[in-house]
Amino acid sequence: MLAELGLAMLWLAAALAGLQLVAGSVALTRDGEGLGGIVRPVAVVQGVLAAAAFASLIWLFVQTDTSVKLVAENSHSAKPLIYKIAGTWGNHEGSMLLWVTVMGLAGGFVALVERRLPERTMMATLAGQAFVSLGFYAFLLLASNPFQRLNPAPQEGNGLNPLLQDPGLAFHPPTLYLGYVGLSIAFSFAIGALVTREVGPAFARAMRPWVLGAWIFLTLGITAGSYWAYYMLGWGGWWFWDPVENASLMPWLAATALLHSASVLAARNALRAWTVMLGVVAFSMSMVGTFLVRSGILTSVHAFAVDPRRGGFILALLAINIGAALVLFALRAGTVTEGERFEVTSREASLVFNNVMLSSILGIVLLGTLYPLVTEAMGVKVSVGPPYFTPMSAVFAVPMLVVLAIGPLLRWRHDRFKRVSLVLAAPLAVTIIAAIGFGVSGVTSTMSLIALSLAPGLAVASLLPLRGRNLARAPLSLWGMVIAHLGLAVALFGMGADGAFTKERLIAACVGESVDVGPWQVKLGAITPVAGPNWTALEADLVASYDGAAPDHLKPQSRTFWAPPQTTSVSALHTRWNGQLYTVLGEEAHDASSAAMPTGRWQLRLWWKPFVPMIWLGGVLVALGGFLALLSRVRQDLKRRTVRARGDIRRGDREEREAA
Amino acid sequence: MTGTGLRAKHQRLVLLGVALAVLLVAGLLAAWALRNQASYFYVPSEILAKPPEADRSVRLGGMVVRGSMKDAPDGVTVNFLVTDGKQQVPVRFAGIRPALFVEGSGVVAEGHWTDGLFTADNLLAKHDEKYTPREMQGMTTDQAHKAIAETK
Repeated sequence: MLAELGLAMLWLAAALAGLQLVAGSVALTRDGEGLGGIVRPVAVVQGVLAAAAFASLIWLFVQTDTSVKLVAENSHSAKPLIYKIAGTWGNHEGSMLLWVTVMGLAGGFVALVERRLPERTMMATLAGQAFVSLGFYAFLLLASNPFQRLNPAPQEGNGLNPLLQDPGLAFHPPTLYLGYVGLSIAFSFAIGALVTREVGPAFARAMRPWVLGAWIFLTLGITAGSYWAYYMLGWGGWWFWDPVENASLMPWLAATALLHSASVLAARNALRAWTVMLGVVAFSMSMVGTFLVRSGILTSVHAFAVDPRRGGFILALLAINIGAALVLFALRAGTVTEGERFEVTSREASLVFNNVMLSSILGIVLLGTLYPLVTEAMGVKVSVGPPYFTPMSAVFAVPMLVVLAIGPLLRWRHDRFKRVSLVLAAPLAVTIIAAIGFGVSGVTSTMSLIALSLAPGLAVASLLPLRGRNLARAPLSLWGMVIAHLGLAVALFGMGADGAFTKERLIAACVGESVDVGPWQVKLGAITPVAGPNWTALEADLVASYDGAAPDHLKPQSRTFWAPPQTTSVSALHTRWNGQLYTVLGEEAHDASSAAMPTGRWQLRLWWKPFVPMIWLGGVLVALGGFLALLSRVRQDLKRRTVRARGDIRRGDREEREAA
Repeated sequence: MTGTGLRAKHQRLVLLGVALAVLLVAGLLAAWALRNQASYFYVPSEILAKPPEADRSVRLGGMVVRGSMKDAPDGVTVNFLVTDGKQQVPVRFAGIRPALFVEGSGVVAEGHWTDGLFTADNLLAKHDEKYTPREMQGMTTDQAHKAIAETK
């Protein structure tokens, strides 16, 4: 019954999205203004209905109702509760339902609270949001119904991919989706502003918190995804330039550029057309990412949909949404008047530089990700990997980071480089000292040396905007910027350290044998069988001592799941302030002469990774910086709103008194 | 108040021009690098015909020849042959093997080609849920249809 109810709510939500589109569009015409009143409530109800449909799907998963096809295919009654819930979005249909739910709720939220823009622009924005939503509702209802029944119902479900049975999965996809779909709001704002010709600082101020919010979630999602790949795959790497990773990086790059150009537009009324364009590009990248990941073109743990019809459907949605937005942009770009001017040495100019560099990196990543698909269509199979992505993106990332150190110190509109050159001597000196220091100490990889030298200078430079200020009084948004930029420096240092200082040992050890890796001494204490709710494993007890200090126990496993049957190695990590010990247990070593003979030696892979956790610490700092900036924006808006409300009341009182 | 008169007048155009120029450079750079990358993925007969430089990291894909897997005495290194149905090349891998890496199955090895030996840093096994390389999908029709047919 619940499945049918969920489906009915989904259809109703889709119908309301249609009403929202029609009413929002009619409200823009001279005669239809009366219809405008229903648009906001409809948007709210639509979001609530989508959320209710999603909640009923979660409930079906919790109950393991195997008469629902999706549950039967992806769940199992013996699974822990958290993975039953997480299993809801660990598949194609469920994740698309999560997508429309987030989209509906975000639209409803905008409708509920956003009062700064002219009502006409809001109508166009909500109509735009409904237009995009409708496409995804159609996709869900026509090509990927999550509530489809199965007759006869199987006794038991198929289970969930063991790789996805991890606490990280419970939060990683919803976080990324909040980011992806949050950008749809920026997209709709851009459409609304273009339609009503209201591209200006007010539009940027209204859009900025939404972009910031989406960007924070994207940052956290990418950071979590990177850490997940790091400890889950057991390869010790943190970024593989896998198309799926690129799919999340591209919207982030566009959103970062959008965030900065929206700041210029809000503060200085410049970069109007560019900001609108980025609003369109950012969400387009979200959809391209979804298309790549969900279409089944790429095979990976993320590719659920192997049905080519679905790929075609998403591609069509992509073409319609992006195409329509670009046509609108082309028609209206002429009416977007030029904004305020600025000089080459000014904060605007440095932000323009940052934008162009981010867009270039975006282009590099996009081309590298799509290239294999294009050549494959022509019959040639290639794959593009780190040897392309890393140096090519560094070509643009390094100048961007240099300008990032200078830009925040410059004044708006017009500045002289002489004024800041003295201040910049400090980060420059730090960079040079770091370069010489690391160069002498034997860091040979060019990439690592660049990262390790730039990072300390960048860290110093990112703190400089705080100099000469009363720290307690510095505005929250300034703190946000400082912390986000500092986080970038911290992450950069971790990336450089990984290439430069990582020590690796790979051996087959007997129980009781000790291995040295970097400053660590690791003893294989015992190998014991252990059992979990839906798996059995061999677990190694590793007694690890850092530089002769009191030992820590690490317990990596070689884990075998029985639904579906699969073996994965579960790594064990130990984190210190100066790095991370990473251990993986393999299989029992085979005898060289006869494979069947047990040798009593176990394969161990150990890494000592100095400062590598700084990569994710940096990512979290970047997100925290964004959060502080968001907090400051929201607080300012609330203050402004209460002041205005109070003013209205006072004015009302005075009018009453005068009337009396 | 602002720079030269000409620039002040056409600042928008200048900005647009600069941005487009940089993006064009990025595109050209990407195209150039991708052309060099086109031979990133090899099958045995290709790697023998056109060996890549030793310092290039490349991928080698094919089927693990039955009976060719030999464990080294150190317990972590394995030597085996990879074939595309026409030629076969020796591969050495030291590390923890993916669970589905067995003789007769498909494999993609990431590593370097030096003097007739492929040294793999990483193995991606077919059907391994961790990562199924997309190059393996087409192996059935393109290179090793016979070899794959008998493993199914």
